[in-house]
Amino acid sequence: MSAVSGALPGAISPGRPDPHRLGHGSGHSHGATGHGEGGPASKFVTVAYGFWIFLLSDIIMFSAFFAAYAVLAKEIAGGPSGVDLFELPRVAIQTGLLLTSSFTCGLGSLASHRRDMVWTQIWLLVTGILGAAFLVLEVQEFAGMIEEGAGPSRSAFLSAFFALVGCHGLHVGMGLLWLGTMIAQLWVKGFRADILRRLQCFNLFWHALDIIWIAIFTLVYLLGASA
Amino acid sequence: MSDRDHRPEEFADLDDSAPGEERINEQEVAGGLLGYVTGFGLAILLTIASFVAAQSGLIYQPAIISALVVLAIAQMGVHLVFFIHLTTGPDNTNNVLALAFGVFIVVLVVLGSVWIMTHLNHNMMPMNGIQMQ
Repeated sequence: MSAVSGALPGAISPGRPDPHRLGHGSGHSHGATGHGEGGPASKFVTVAYGFWIFLLSDIIMFSAFFAAYAVLAKEIAGGPSGVDLFELPRVAIQTGLLLTSSFTCGLGSLASHRRDMVWTQIWLLVTGILGAAFLVLEVQEFAGMIEEGAGPSRSAFLSAFFALVGCHGLHVGMGLLWLGTMIAQLWVKGFRADILRRLQCFNLFWHALDIIWIAIFTLVYLLGASA
Repeated sequence: MSDRDHRPEEFADLDDSAPGEERINEQEVAGGLLGYVTGFGLAILLTIASFVAAQSGLIYQPAIISALVVLAIAQMGVHLVFFIHLTTGPDNTNNVLALAFGVFIVVLVVLGSVWIMTHLNHNMMPMNGIQMQ
């Protein structure tokens, strides 16, 4: 339809159809939830949504640790402060490892979407190796700090630091265990519907851990080392 | 249902999307491989910007915290859009509303704690001075 033919302004030529069919709430050919038609949402949606709610509550729990750290960050009790303790090159490597593992985890999700077993497993394995390397660096850092006498019992600042960063590290460790079982389940059971739901939840979990790490490396490490 | 659809159900409802679902925006900028690569690139840039802002001395010292908070929020947004595939589409209303409530509680907990505790600290100042002597 060209403009020369005198089309009304309302007559828009159909390009790519609106995927959400805005303004056409009823009259779908398929079951439409949210309109009192078509029954409940699919299990894939309800499972992932439920896990999303869990992740948000987990983030709220982290916010309490962040609040404690923010309040106690200056209470060093004559001991070492962030400027003395934090090694930014290590933090930069940790950030790169976790960010890349989040990326490869997404690539694994795309490969599972294509039902490509080999690449799904490869990307999951890479994700696991990067996550494990992150954890090794963190354990090294903690061990070094405790050796210097800057353990969690040294000051309120260090208690809050070990609680917050350690809690994130614990999540990464649990995520690695989960990742191992996901690799095994995928290998044995293939792209079954329930396995794919679990894989979807794992991807969400791993991305959420990276989002929490963003807050940790900026607010704890960068701010602590610059102030 | 396409064979690229994760959902096993024969009649997948297309009016709600699970968080992180690949199908919902694979045709758009934030979807598919290109979406992940874009998100990865943006996240790297924002991370480098954070380290530069904190370390280089380019930024007025008292303003560094604001710069870092802004960069962190931007990077979280990049993750939500490009990695978790959160959109503003009507199929994502539930996911976005849950996130909004989560952010609300997080802000309340963190800012509320900091606010109250700095006031308490302020009131405690003379005591601290005596203790330190």
